[in-house]
Amino acid sequence: MELKNVYFSYENEPVINGFSLKLEGGRRVAVMGGSGKGKTTLLRLMLGLIAPDSGEVIIDAGERPSVVFQEDRLLSWFTAERNVEEVRREGSPEARELLRDMELEEAANKLPKELSGGMQRRVAIARALAFRGDPLLLDEPFKGLDPDLRERVAGVILKRAGNASILLITHDEREAELLRCEELIRL
Amino acid sequence: MKRLLKSRIFRKTAVFACWMLAWQAAAWAVGSDLLLPSPFVTARALVSLCGTGAFWLSCALTLLRVFTGFILGILAGSALGVLTAASPIAEELLSPIRSIVKAAPITSFIILVLLYLSSALTPMFIAFLMVMPIAWTNVAAGILSTDKQLLEMARVFGFSRAKTLKTVYAPSVLPHFVSACTAGLGFAWKSGVTAEVIAHPAFGMGKAIYESKLYLETPELFAWTAAVIIMSFALEKLITALLGRLAPWN
Repeated sequence: MELKNVYFSYENEPVINGFSLKLEGGRRVAVMGGSGKGKTTLLRLMLGLIAPDSGEVIIDAGERPSVVFQEDRLLSWFTAERNVEEVRREGSPEARELLRDMELEEAANKLPKELSGGMQRRVAIARALAFRGDPLLLDEPFKGLDPDLRERVAGVILKRAGNASILLITHDEREAELLRCEELIRL
Repeated sequence: MKRLLKSRIFRKTAVFACWMLAWQAAAWAVGSDLLLPSPFVTARALVSLCGTGAFWLSCALTLLRVFTGFILGILAGSALGVLTAASPIAEELLSPIRSIVKAAPITSFIILVLLYLSSALTPMFIAFLMVMPIAWTNVAAGILSTDKQLLEMARVFGFSRAKTLKTVYAPSVLPHFVSACTAGLGFAWKSGVTAEVIAHPAFGMGKAIYESKLYLETPELFAWTAAVIIMSFALEKLITALLGRLAPWN
């Protein structure tokens, strides 16, 4: 995936100004910046949910990004396991296995409303890993997790993402270290 | 004792008994079965009616008309709901029909429909006409209120159109659909029986209500009304239970 000199404005207010980035070959990049700096807009551009005003978002044929949105976006009518299972692609680990990795095995049959905020977050991460997309786009994935858990979850992400490139959006530089990001971009 | 007071069945029974006592007291105060029959006299009239074939035939035909009208109204309303939610042009074009059906007095429709349909079909059509806009409004609202973030999630994770319909839209619309069914069923009964009162089909609960009033058989009038309420209540419970199986998360 590549962004070439991308511009995006919201209500005539420039949000992204000539942003360029190449995300391939297992590269891990962290994007940091305060609120309203366009971090989530950048992710939406990369997912093709919005189109840039100018510039290019190039996605190679067969390339499908996987994402942990800023919000969990779980289907409230399905159990945690079913939420993961619905997006699982052939060759991906079983939903139960991913939930076990996320220390959620006992919550597999529970509905999202029966889970704490941190547990829902981990279900969203497990779902992104079940899709096995490349790149893996993570918008504040550790929100609501305590420091110990962050470390363990980061380990699972690195293990399960394999050779996929990672783009991390965060406020916290330590999270970029947890995911061993090689580059840090400040917006 | 505390547990008994907390029991839902006990509370419901107590409330029912309370209202029966109030009715009985009012009947004693009035002192005439012709003006206000007591619960006991009404129950006796109902039991007596249950022993006649005409009662069961009237109940069966009214049930058939109301239920058919209800089902057709739900189907047509749901189809229109999907259509108008998907197409703003269809919404512009068809919304006046919905507004007219909602606003016009039911008796005007009954008299108008009697010009074109038989007295047996009119109650069914009226029930259909009353249920259709309810289903239409609710289904369209359900589709339009489907969480956009979930739709984006489905798109990003490559859900097919059919899968998005099944896993995102259908569960979002279902609570609205269930509301339409429960509200619509009540309207179907009220409008269907009212249409029978005016249309006079050969057999029907509405016609029997009208004739009881005509011949000043007030206990029978109350008994028929009680029968309508019991059947409406039973059908609502049945449909709610069936729909509850479709939406276990509710």
